[in-house]
Amino acid sequence: MKSYIVQLAAARLLPVTLILSMLVFYRGHNDPGGGFIGGLMASAGFIFYAMAFDTREAEKKLRVSPLMLIVAGLSFAFISTLPSLFAGNPFFTGEWVSLSIPLLGKLKLGTPLLFDFGVYLTVWGVIVTIIFNVMEE
Amino acid sequence: MSGLLIYLVILLITAFLAPMLISRAGKAAPWLLGMVSASGFAYLLGFAGFISKGNTLNYTIEWLPELYLNFSLYLDGLSLFFALMVTGMGALVLVFSGNYMKPYAMKHRFFFLILLFEFAMLALVLSGNLITLFIFWELTSVSSFLLVGFYHEKPEARNAALQALLITVAGGLAMMAGFIMLGQIAGTLEINQLLKSGDLIRNHPHYLPVLLLILAGAFTKSAQFPFHFWLPGAMQAPSPVSAYLHSATMVKAGIYLLMRLSPVMGGTPEWKYILTITGAVTMILGGYFAYSQTDFKKVLAYTTISALGTLVLMLGIDTDISIKAAIIFLLVHALYKGALFMIAGLIDKSAGTRDLRKIGGLGKVMPTASLAAIISLLSMAGLPPMIGFIGKELIYEAKFALPDIGNLLLVAGVLTNVIMVAISLALIFNLFLGPLKYPGEKPKRPAFALRIGPTLLAGISLIFGLFPARVADLLLSPAIKSIRPTIDSLKLSLWHGFNEVLLVSFITVAAGITLFLLYRRVNPVLTKFNNEVITFRFADAFNKGLDMFLHLTKKKTSFIQSGYQRFYLMAIFIMTSLLAWYQLIYTWPDIENISFSKPGIYEILILILIVSSTLIAVSVKSRLAAILSLGGVGYGIGLLFVIYGAIDVAITLMLAETLVLVLFMVVVYHLPKFTNFSSNASRLRDAAIALLVGGFMTGLVLKAGQLNLNPKISDFYVENAIPLAHGSNIVNVILVDFRALDTLGEITVLVIAAIGVVALLKLKTKKGSAT
Repeated sequence: MKSYIVQLAAARLLPVTLILSMLVFYRGHNDPGGGFIGGLMASAGFIFYAMAFDTREAEKKLRVSPLMLIVAGLSFAFISTLPSLFAGNPFFTGEWVSLSIPLLGKLKLGTPLLFDFGVYLTVWGVIVTIIFNVMEE
Repeated sequence: MSGLLIYLVILLITAFLAPMLISRAGKAAPWLLGMVSASGFAYLLGFAGFISKGNTLNYTIEWLPELYLNFSLYLDGLSLFFALMVTGMGALVLVFSGNYMKPYAMKHRFFFLILLFEFAMLALVLSGNLITLFIFWELTSVSSFLLVGFYHEKPEARNAALQALLITVAGGLAMMAGFIMLGQIAGTLEINQLLKSGDLIRNHPHYLPVLLLILAGAFTKSAQFPFHFWLPGAMQAPSPVSAYLHSATMVKAGIYLLMRLSPVMGGTPEWKYILTITGAVTMILGGYFAYSQTDFKKVLAYTTISALGTLVLMLGIDTDISIKAAIIFLLVHALYKGALFMIAGLIDKSAGTRDLRKIGGLGKVMPTASLAAIISLLSMAGLPPMIGFIGKELIYEAKFALPDIGNLLLVAGVLTNVIMVAISLALIFNLFLGPLKYPGEKPKRPAFALRIGPTLLAGISLIFGLFPARVADLLLSPAIKSIRPTIDSLKLSLWHGFNEVLLVSFITVAAGITLFLLYRRVNPVLTKFNNEVITFRFADAFNKGLDMFLHLTKKKTSFIQSGYQRFYLMAIFIMTSLLAWYQLIYTWPDIENISFSKPGIYEILILILIVSSTLIAVSVKSRLAAILSLGGVGYGIGLLFVIYGAIDVAITLMLAETLVLVLFMVVVYHLPKFTNFSSNASRLRDAAIALLVGGFMTGLVLKAGQLNLNPKISDFYVENAIPLAHGSNIVNVILVDFRALDTLGEITVLVIAAIGVVALLKLKTKKGSAT
């Protein structure tokens, strides 16, 4: 079922879904969204792409293997637990820093954000891994 | 104190670096590794003066103090004594292995494993907390498993390794249960505190079960009857392993534990009887079976069992003199048995066999090693002027001092020692003196690295025998005092004066010589007797039991694991809903009294969507249609969440629903069309299950609205989301901050699921099956 229209749509939609998923991930701390939802959205884009073309094309588009996404995601999630230990707080305490960036205003960065990014990557990687593998069957 | 910890870490790092060192540094590598072990010996020896003044060292890192779990190190006379044996023997064995393991391609792995063992064993004897001890105890079992099965291409080696592992680990688990109970009774698992609460533990109603559980661990590890059979099997290991693990250190772990806990649990009639009887039986059986073996290593293995039995017996007798005897005999045995095992390996290396019927007169080709062997054998026979003589004299003395069963034990001890004397003499005169005999090529003179270990050990046996007082003051007395603080200092000398003990020794030696002279005549008869009359083999019985167990589990598994997903689902659904119904029925009146608010137009529309989608899903005849209408159900529920303001849940549900739909489609695309539909009966059954589950979910939801949690959990999150977690989206804040550990667990599970899916699909494609 290779349709040019679907292929064109998938190719155009992929960057949009990715940017959207990043946005949803980032706004998650204060508004609806977050790493889990973002990860689901990102994988949806790639799955649509894989359905329009095939999984090999989609994997090429992904550039890294889905496994690497998982590895990176879990590592980020785990690393985010460590700063609290160095700060002398109990394991997993959220640690925050405030950065003032000219023009953009104040930017608050914290380990929960890193953790959420880990969740984002892991969910993305896991879903893509499972569905690509099933599709290849 | 943390110097001990640093040394342990160094040893562990050395273990991991050993494979690299072996391939880079070549010949020097075993010497370097031996140096690491020897430096530990020297470092520990530096504590001897400090410890012999009655001091102890304690170092604790708290882990979960509420459950008495700490990582603790504790150094007193007893642990110092064992730690010195572990590091000292370790250094000699490493040097010995350097030459012994040279021809093997897997020698990298060997050095890693043996150093890992040394680390575990040292940590075990230095542990100051029983759970710390347990962890290292199991680590020694695991490294022993890998070392016994080192020649993994041989099925006998694999079998022996598995047997040893199963027995010691089973005992270890029982022991852990005992430790936990001990912790519940005493309120601590720290050894230095347990030592003070002996009376509390001995008078507790659970004393006997605790004792039995802990003894199960000690007896399996130290090869006591009826668990002794794994030790002869473990002779499949390379000889350095037998010398190190299975004579000098690991099998002594059980003895160490008994000595360690003797002030805590010892002194009761139960302790005395169990230890005395087990020890005596093991002692005699070990000696008896040793006599008719033809493999040098097997002889040594059975005499080791006998020696371990003697040690347990001494601890069971539990008098001042018997504890002194136990400590001395421990040292004696480690010295001579370590040396003899190395010599067994060395003979195997140069003559190509260990069969005692095929080799003899080796003194002519390997004079140094033979001298060392003869000295060690004399020590084993308990003849002066070796330290073995002192050990044996003390053991006799301990038995003499016993009132009632002492005479019986004395007879048993004399019998065992008669056999030891006969075996030692037979080995000395046949294997080392006498005419040269060999099966293949003429045996070569063994390399220096092979000779140094046994020679040193034999030399120590001799020197300690001649000048025992200094060792006694520095090492043995502190060890004895940490078992029994009230004991008077140890006075050792070769010459005790003429007394009844010496008389029994004379009788023993005379009988031993007689037995040796009759060796040629008695041995074939005994061997025949053993082979034909005693057909019961413990190892075989164990294997048979194991097979039966495996058969049983296979049957059970094929019964429960049908392999049909629908049966698994049914089992899960039915069990869950029945359990929930059991609770729901009790509280049903609460649910009946709920007053519902009037539903709005949106709710009614969504309800119609959900219900009609459900009806379509169960009635259509195409998979695709069924899946799409199931999607309708999912989106309908998602819309409900939108109406009630749970935006995050709604978005997640919608996305998940979409992805699941896609996944279903992908799968369905590959499936054939429905060929036969389920029968009416099974549809009825499924409908019943569906109603059961649906009903319980409904009841649960209604019930949830009735619960009054005070204070409300959600209020806490609403109040604290911004001040504590700097975020106003409560759902996300819970996920990534308040309950982040759960999320970490969940994403890990996700990853495991993904790996599982990939593995299943890849496995299938490899096999090429279509189902």
